[in-house]
Amino acid sequence: MASATWTPLKDEDRIFGNLYGYDSWRLEAARKRGSWDNTKDLILLGREKIVEIVKGSGLRGRGGAGFPTGMKWSFMPKDTGGRPCYLIVNADESEPGTCKDREIMRNDPHTLVEGCLLAGVGIGATAAYIYIRGEYRAEYRVMEAAIQEAYDAGLLGKNACGSGYDFDVIMHHGAGAYICGEETALLESLEGKKGQPRLKPPFPAMAGLWGCPSTVNNVESIAVTPTILRKGSDWFAGFGREKNEGTKLFCISGHVEKPCNIEEAMSIPLKELLERHCGGVRGGWDNLKAVVPGGSSVPLIPRSICDDVLMDFDALKEVKSGLGTAAVIVMDQSTDIVKAIARFAYFYKHESCGQCTPCREGTGWMWRVITRMAEGRAEIEEIDMLLDVSKQVEGHTICALGDAAAWPIQGLIRHFRDEIEDRIKNRTRVQVRGTVAAE
Amino acid sequence: MSAETFEFEGKFKAEAERNLAKYPHERRQSAILALLFLAQEQRAAKAGAGKGGRWVDETAMRAIADMLGMPYIRVMEVATFFTQINLAPVGDHHIQLCGTTPCMLRGAESLRAAVEKHLGIHEGETTEDGRFTLSEVECLGACCNAPMVQINDDYYEDLTEESLLAIIDKLAKGEKPVPGSQIGRRCSEPEGGPHVLKDGPSPQGPADPKGGPHGNMPAGEPEKLY
Amino acid sequence: MPTVKINGEEHEVEAGMTVLQACEQAGVEIPRFCYHERLSIAGNCRMCLVEVKPGPPKPQASCALPVQDGQEITTDSPMVHKARKGVMEFLLINHPLDCPICDQGGECDLQDQSMAYGFKGSRYEENKRAVADKYMGPLIKTIMTRCIHCTRCVRFAAEVAGVEEIGLLNRGENAEISSLEKAVDSEMSANVIDLCPVGALTSKPYAFEARPWELRKTESVDVMDAVGSNIRVDARGNEVLRVLPRLNEEVNEEWISDKTRYACDGLARQRLDRPYVRGEDGKLKPADWSTALQVVADKLKATAADGIAAIAGDTADVESLYALKALMQRLGVANIDCRQDGARIEASPRAQYLFNSGIAGIDQADALLIVGSNVRWEAPIVNARIRKRWMTGQLSVGVIGPNVETTFDSDYLGAGPETLTDVAEGKHPFAEILRKAERPMIIVGQGALAREDGAQVLATARAIAETFGMVADGWNGFNVLHTAAARVGAMEIGFLPGEGGRSVPEILDGAKSGAVEVVYLHGADEVDMSALEKAFVIYQGHHGDKGAHAADVVLPGAAYTEKNGTYVNTEGRVQLGRRAVFPPGEAREDWAILRALSERAGATLPFDNLDALRQQMRDAHPGLARLDMVEPGEWGEFGAAGAMKSDLPFASPIENFYMTDPVSRSSQTMAQCTQTFVLDRRKALESGGTGTDG
Repeated sequence: MASATWTPLKDEDRIFGNLYGYDSWRLEAARKRGSWDNTKDLILLGREKIVEIVKGSGLRGRGGAGFPTGMKWSFMPKDTGGRPCYLIVNADESEPGTCKDREIMRNDPHTLVEGCLLAGVGIGATAAYIYIRGEYRAEYRVMEAAIQEAYDAGLLGKNACGSGYDFDVIMHHGAGAYICGEETALLESLEGKKGQPRLKPPFPAMAGLWGCPSTVNNVESIAVTPTILRKGSDWFAGFGREKNEGTKLFCISGHVEKPCNIEEAMSIPLKELLERHCGGVRGGWDNLKAVVPGGSSVPLIPRSICDDVLMDFDALKEVKSGLGTAAVIVMDQSTDIVKAIARFAYFYKHESCGQCTPCREGTGWMWRVITRMAEGRAEIEEIDMLLDVSKQVEGHTICALGDAAAWPIQGLIRHFRDEIEDRIKNRTRVQVRGTVAAE
Repeated sequence: MSAETFEFEGKFKAEAERNLAKYPHERRQSAILALLFLAQEQRAAKAGAGKGGRWVDETAMRAIADMLGMPYIRVMEVATFFTQINLAPVGDHHIQLCGTTPCMLRGAESLRAAVEKHLGIHEGETTEDGRFTLSEVECLGACCNAPMVQINDDYYEDLTEESLLAIIDKLAKGEKPVPGSQIGRRCSEPEGGPHVLKDGPSPQGPADPKGGPHGNMPAGEPEKLY
Repeated sequence: MPTVKINGEEHEVEAGMTVLQACEQAGVEIPRFCYHERLSIAGNCRMCLVEVKPGPPKPQASCALPVQDGQEITTDSPMVHKARKGVMEFLLINHPLDCPICDQGGECDLQDQSMAYGFKGSRYEENKRAVADKYMGPLIKTIMTRCIHCTRCVRFAAEVAGVEEIGLLNRGENAEISSLEKAVDSEMSANVIDLCPVGALTSKPYAFEARPWELRKTESVDVMDAVGSNIRVDARGNEVLRVLPRLNEEVNEEWISDKTRYACDGLARQRLDRPYVRGEDGKLKPADWSTALQVVADKLKATAADGIAAIAGDTADVESLYALKALMQRLGVANIDCRQDGARIEASPRAQYLFNSGIAGIDQADALLIVGSNVRWEAPIVNARIRKRWMTGQLSVGVIGPNVETTFDSDYLGAGPETLTDVAEGKHPFAEILRKAERPMIIVGQGALAREDGAQVLATARAIAETFGMVADGWNGFNVLHTAAARVGAMEIGFLPGEGGRSVPEILDGAKSGAVEVVYLHGADEVDMSALEKAFVIYQGHHGDKGAHAADVVLPGAAYTEKNGTYVNTEGRVQLGRRAVFPPGEAREDWAILRALSERAGATLPFDNLDALRQQMRDAHPGLARLDMVEPGEWGEFGAAGAMKSDLPFASPIENFYMTDPVSRSSQTMAQCTQTFVLDRRKALESGGTGTDG
């Protein structure tokens, strides 16, 4: 039903007009694209109204969890007991498959800078810290230059945009740790500690950066805010299905003819997304084996589901996967699917912070077992054991990295158990497992 | 204890101070990653070619601990936690090859093999002349331009074995290859140009001598920021 | 008060509690590794997972979850069991199965809990992780492969000990606990051994000595300082193998200092295990008890009373001091004193020599003036308490005296009496802090009192206490910190010069001049022995230390682990030490030696056993019968008027924390600590380093 209502996004409805960097990222060019247009009036809408519009737009967090952004903002306390409030922008884009925030920051940085100011007003913050991953050096520099332009133009700082509101935006970089994309690990790192997630409660809205009320939002969530405020909540809510509204950046990588980032309306059918924008699956749709639809953390879906699934939170949840960061990793028939997932398992093992037991110990265990399976060096019974171990990790950790490590494996076993079994069966049993594992 | 000392100097000092000023003084510990980066870069700049590249030693970390008013063990916790902090010498050109699945699906493994063969080193090793280190790293967030590597600060994308080896050869000769896509894409638009956003200015293209992803940045801009 | 349901039963719990604490209160046990009452919450082991409604449909870490009214907590559901079994399995996959050679065996949390939550066998077919062992100093042995990364040691060092020297390096499965190959520089460091729930951090001196079930455990009190830490003495046969802390919230909570824990190997060395009498040739020769006692008795009988003196040592039990005092009284001797260091304190009013607020009183203090004390070395437990209070952000500390490294932020006000006068007269800015405080406190160390003008210093300190409202209803913040375990007990029974009697400096002067001919040292090793060269010296004690070397007759006594005895700590708290082993060889309990001597000296003491002695002692001093209690000290005028010696700074009486009495001076472990933490550090400082580098 929903697919029938989907229509391709028109250029005038694209928020990121310079997604591909064909135009300059500079303030002057950004202004021509609509950024910083009468921002003062948007600020003067006031905190309540801004939150109301964002709530009404149906915007859900673009960093993976999909929590309603306006509601998150409304959690910020009005009475802070004299403490400052902070907006923290999560630009630690590290979820495998995801490379959308990078394009915003290097090609359209003013959408983010302006978004910081407006979201900052929405949560009563005095400053925004943008935590960008350490590897994004060029993006870091562009962001710093864009922020400086905004200061120079009176758009930030004291009396930002002439609104009477004082607001600062500060760039902060990481240094290579996926876990710092977890909001409380990010806060720890921002405070100059190693990036180990915090126990919750307390949530950042109560005690975030330096113990002060803080809201952590993804780059895309913040960067779309100015346009939502300008064009209204109805405009944004007009795209996508109910509870999955808006436009969205999709990152399509892997086995498509033309991998790319693309801003589209939510709830676009997966097949439409790949064929319209990416030149289709390499070797044709029938050559499709599976898709990881939302970054490495979500379970893959096999071709059969890909045929008509929609790209939104609820549709992908129904098929036991998720929209995540909308990073679509496409795998064609040539893919060694067990190895592909084993590589994800290595990723999680490598990125586990080591703080809590199930993740520290479980990610390594899962990686070792699935790597053996990829080579056929395993027993059939170990498939169920691996599944069990993944369930011992899932839901038992401090942060969501444990879940994220478990789900790809669970997805693989759910849809490709036969393939693992075949590989084990077909392997000549000369080599004994133990001796190989000991190398 | 050695009599060695460490201080930020020149542009690195200015940049360190600029970063410290980003946080309230009593929260200056927040600047630790920025200072560690700068210490690495200063070391590489001072040491010269083949002399260890970007890494940070105990003397520098103790100095940073003092600057930030934090115990040395906490600096070590941070320095050992983050992969971009090198606690031992690396090559002048640190080739960080993304090996995570999206890059793997598009040929990262063969890139790795090609580089290993070309430089005569294994992953994790440095060439004897200290010019190159090859590390396989996790997702660098340029998946639509896979496969890709990061060499020091720069991303090189849409690689083939040939184009990557050509980049390495240029670096070896002291030339500066153009970062970004190696197949003529400007950024992450579909190869051959997008079907959307066609009304905007036409692509300036990677032919821009100032290069790749930040080709439209005024010349010298990154330096100015330092 | 919130009401919660725990496994279906309703319980009222205190607001602000965690779910784990609520369960504990309700008698429902929750397994845990990382959680510890006295450390911040880490929530990392995930063993304490419980099911909580309302809440997400997954188990929650009960250690970190606050209770809320109406919560339904389930600790025995299939979900909880699965979670705990899973965590246990994860903990075990990389934990070596070397329990048979692990010193933690038999008292290991992991071992115990694996009995309840472990699988029968392992499903882990991969190679186990091996982790290189780390150096953490002469006390802490590491077998890091066993580490389960609970971070209790990291938190203890940072929070309680106040030395940020232990950390968790690297990440993921490569995470490792480390002190960067450097000895953990804290007087409390070995508490991490007790805190470690597995065998990763074990006791280096005790390595491979014994299994817990072989040990006889005796609850006792420590005498290494005047805190009276509650300890458990573990012995096998007649050998004390280790000392562990016992819980006492009022005194040491559950910590002990490294000296308290590790001086015990000194109990087996340098012991006086038979009587000695100095022969014609000037050398000490073994003798039997009868001969030795007779020599002493004859000497005492042959000497006029004012030519005899007795000095009490710093670790003596009150019973034997009472017996010695009684004997001296019977002989008409007034020259007795317990103030080996010459501290200018008197018997009355009692408040002048007590830590009146109690150690736990520090938890209420909001301003503290430390005068003439290196608290960290004189009483590490008190220091930890100050740090604990300081960590709450509610305590300001000012220091007058030795300018030493503290484990809390403090204002260094000055070195000596001038500053003290400034504060007393309200001229110093810190006076304002004291004035504004609701619970101000002063700690006066022996470095301020054991000096010629000690009485004037004491009077000034009293003036400060009175001026700044330190003595009020229900609060007495005037605190004297002693370093000698025996001191307060001796003060309580008046082991002080009688009418016309000599104090310790006067005894020494008398011995030099010949006016004092016989000096009875009851475990007193800290006086200037060169002053005693002319005198006939009787040394009753347990170690061949300074006193024994100066002695003409040695009467071998019992160390603190070898006798039942009363000790009164710096607060005035009366506690019982208990015999864990027998004195070695022919050595005897001290009261019995004095009883035997009294008979030969013709001044038979009127008790035949310890009970009778105690009864008399308690009749005379009823406070000593109230065990584990503190008799509040009455306030009044004390100290002496007059000027202090303004040019003489206050110095701490302790030069080396690790060696302060005959037992610790005989300890090899303390010798190693001295090398590592005192001598090496001093050398490094002299050569310009920080002294903290490994």
